Amino acid sequence: MSSFSVAFHNRGDVRVLELKGELDAHTATEFEEAIEMCKSNREFRIIIDGEHLAYISSAGLGVFMAFVEEIRAEDGDIKIAALTPKVFNVFDLLGFPMLFDIVGTVEEAVQLFTAGHKADDQSNH
Amino acid sequence: MASSTYTLAVPSSLRHLHKVRRFVVQHATNANFPEDAVEACKLAADEACTNIIKHAYEGQPGHQVDIVIAVDPHRLVVRICDDGKSFDDAHYSEPDVAILTKQGQSGGLGVHIIRRLMDQVEYRTRDGRNEICLVKYRK
Repeated sequence: MSSFSVAFHNRGDVRVLELKGELDAHTATEFEEAIEMCKSNREFRIIIDGEHLAYISSAGLGVFMAFVEEIRAEDGDIKIAALTPKVFNVFDLLGFPMLFDIVGTVEEAVQLFTAGHKADDQSNH
Repeated sequence: MASSTYTLAVPSSLRHLHKVRRFVVQHATNANFPEDAVEACKLAADEACTNIIKHAYEGQPGHQVDIVIAVDPHRLVVRICDDGKSFDDAHYSEPDVAILTKQGQSGGLGVHIIRRLMDQVEYRTRDGRNEICLVKYRK
């Protein structure tokens, strides 16, 4: 069986999902369940840490596409970090860099959330 | 270099996709294709098998997917065959990923990826047997 796992971490009020292994049509269900869990916990600021993601097919990309608008409607986002070049190429093939924030490190993704939050605060005053 | 052929049969379950990927990587690498071509063939074969299991066999177990790899001095060909519902290539339209994402949908991406990655893609149905033929030329 394809080996795939999702580990959960917190960076302040941001939820980090660390993906490990191969994300294909078989293992995509596990990723989907992880995002569902974030939704039911009302954690809408999500970073996908792809450092240890060895492979992704369209079924994995489909999970991002299926959930991101719902998450954004709750003032959150799914940001993608630390992809290997091989895996980034698959995201790039479908034009994901135009639709998602894809950054080099989890730290940068956290900063994007923080910067966005500050911008929101300022625009409210 | 003479032409070589390798075969693999997997049951119609998504849990066997990794075997298809391993098989393609092994033979494309042994045939000295560059890493980006190996990756392209691996992903295209995965997408084709995923579509067969999900759509041609409608997720039903108990069927078989046959994969044949043929390597010659000019190209690598992956032929994938099934006995399920045939795919209507004529009515396929390229998905708009931005629109699908806005709608929370994700269908039709597999065929799109296959076409982007491979040099040639052909579908045939003969005597109730479907075949998708994926070709990568040696550059």
